[in-house]
Amino acid sequence: MFDALSDKLQATLSDVRARGTLTEDDINKAMREIRLALLEADVNFKVVKSFTANVKERALGADVLGQLNPGQQVVKIVSDELTSLMGGAAAGVSFSPRPPTVILMAGLQGSGKTTATAKLARHLREQNGSSVAVAACDVYRPAAVDQLVKVGAQAGATVYEQGTDRDPVDIAGWALDRAKQEGKDVLIVDTSGRLHVDERLMDELVRIRKVVRPHTILLVVDAMTGQDAVNVAEQFAQAVQFDGVVMTKLDGDARGGAALSVKAVTGKPILFASTGEKLDQFERFHPDRMAQRILGM
Amino acid sequence: LFEGDVDEETWERLEEALIMADVGATTTAKVVGQLEQEAESGGLEGGEALSRRLQELLADIARTGQDRIDLRHDPTVILMVGVNGTGKTTTLGKIAWHLRNELGKSVMLGAADTFRAAATEQLQGWAERAGVPIVTGPEGSDPGAVAWDAIVQGRAQGADVVLIDTAGRLHTQDDLMAELSKVRRVIAKQLPDAPHETLLTVDATTGQNGLRQARLFAEAAEVDGIVLTKLDGTAKGGIALAIAGELGIPVKLIGVGEALEDLRPFDADDFAQALLS
Ligand SMILES: Nc1nc2c(ncn2[C@@H]2O[C@H](COP(=O)(O)OP(=O)(O)OP(=O)(O)O)[C@@H](O)[C@H]2O)c(=O)[nH]1
Ligand SMILES: Nc1nc2c(ncn2[C@@H]2O[C@H](COP(=O)(O)OP(=O)(O)OP(=O)(O)O)[C@@H](O)[C@H]2O)c(=O)[nH]1
Ligand SMILES: [K+]
Ligand SMILES: [Mg+2]
Ligand SMILES: [Mg+2]
Repeated sequence: MFDALSDKLQATLSDVRARGTLTEDDINKAMREIRLALLEADVNFKVVKSFTANVKERALGADVLGQLNPGQQVVKIVSDELTSLMGGAAAGVSFSPRPPTVILMAGLQGSGKTTATAKLARHLREQNGSSVAVAACDVYRPAAVDQLVKVGAQAGATVYEQGTDRDPVDIAGWALDRAKQEGKDVLIVDTSGRLHVDERLMDELVRIRKVVRPHTILLVVDAMTGQDAVNVAEQFAQAVQFDGVVMTKLDGDARGGAALSVKAVTGKPILFASTGEKLDQFERFHPDRMAQRILGM
Repeated sequence: LFEGDVDEETWERLEEALIMADVGATTTAKVVGQLEQEAESGGLEGGEALSRRLQELLADIARTGQDRIDLRHDPTVILMVGVNGTGKTTTLGKIAWHLRNELGKSVMLGAADTFRAAATEQLQGWAERAGVPIVTGPEGSDPGAVAWDAIVQGRAQGADVVLIDTAGRLHTQDDLMAELSKVRRVIAKQLPDAPHETLLTVDATTGQNGLRQARLFAEAAEVDGIVLTKLDGTAKGGIALAIAGELGIPVKLIGVGEALEDLRPFDADDFAQALLS
């Protein structure tokens, strides 16, 4: 069960037990290993910096001194700190007392929004018995509407679409009206992928938000994302103040340090994990499991 | 980066910039170590010289292998592979348009992503935009069969280039990676030395996982080159440097947007410069 990082730390700190003391030098060596592991996991450079500073402070404190196994102790401190940084307990979406609850999906191109829209629809139907509609507001990507029509139907959701000739803001407003008329519990609005620096499309997102007044805005983030994740998250937060994150493609071997970084810089929790292309591969996010994963445990 | 005195902090700043560009710790250490060594041995004086040498080092790593696509086969078969959502289908649409409109080639598209919802319709959309014919198969059908048909049709119609799309897959999915090898074998049965060019799309926002993607796709599908997509954002695509440096796979094309004309040949010097800007 020992992972690469844990092994390295054990080796680095192996002579400590014999001496019975842990010097600042030992800790510095350990911090270098941890730093590399976190960078390898795509945790943001700046987040790593402040993180290792915190861990170092704790490790030099009474927590570790005199412990039988300082290597393991350091690993435990790191894992605890990572978990709490990622947001203690698992959280969920908030529902409106007056349905429909509106959920707006946003994110970069190809991050997994359309798939997550259908997955979330299915999840809410199964978990809460909600009646769910999804709105097709991506009029740019070829066949984006067809894609949502298919996966939405598979998820048992009603799909509201008006093709690709209307403005996405208008489609969103129309879909909300229909969801009200048809007494839906939940409306999930799928949007086209957009770059955080694309002013026109970011403005469009702001306008969609004004029209549908979502109770929850979810940023969909690919677990394979690197250092740029914090830029993206900060810009989306600035434009639409999203409430939480859906982390996708966690079925691969990406360590997912982007997850931690987004939480660290925006304070927004990761709410859901997407772990495959099938609609049932979707679950509530567990911060502690993610911490272990980032460390390669 | 190199303003004022060159000291410990200078190297730290450089290291930070490269890590922030997703170059990764290993390649970063190599580059910084090399530059530091050259600076200490007195070969490089002043910020400007350091800066120039740094870009040279980066561009040299990026410049590897054969970076052009050879179109002299009859027909040339290009196979597009990569992780989910990285830009395969869009890139194929752009390549088709470029080949037809700028090089005057005749093109045939093969929609061998029979798995993802509306993947075929998406490529059909691109075929229309680019004004090229397309071969499709029913949803859920064998992707090898669609690739086969596309080459048969392409040859019958005298196409210069046959472009084949495949479904996105994670490099960790052994069964799907094996499927990719099978598609290649089917293609080779139709045309012995095909596919002539297997391109792997890597999203510029990808972090260190990109290196594993490239390694495992190369093992399963003999990747000839990388298409580095989505460079129109703020991500620098530094993982492509690690891929070139550690695996020797060249970047051949870059994607800089979602429109037909948003495809460019890769330029190592421009890339090196943009990495640190
Ligand atoms: N392996 C895996 N693939 C996923 C996951 N979520 C989505 N995908 C795949 O990722 C690709 C992109 O997903 P989409 O849902 O189309 O992404 P999108 O954000 O809507 O894309 P755009 O609308 O073009 O911006 C598709 O091939 C999906 O099947 C996941 O959790 N794991
Ligand atoms: N900004 C930008 N977006 C791009 C670029 N290339 C592709 N995209 C977008 O990225 C998203 C995914 O592109 P696709 O071509 O569907 O990716 P794919 O690899 O075929 O996806 P799957 O088949 O689902 O695995 C779409 O929204 C594209 O418009 C690029 O160079 N820049
Ligand atoms: K992506
Ligand atoms: Mg979509
Ligand atoms: Mg595709």
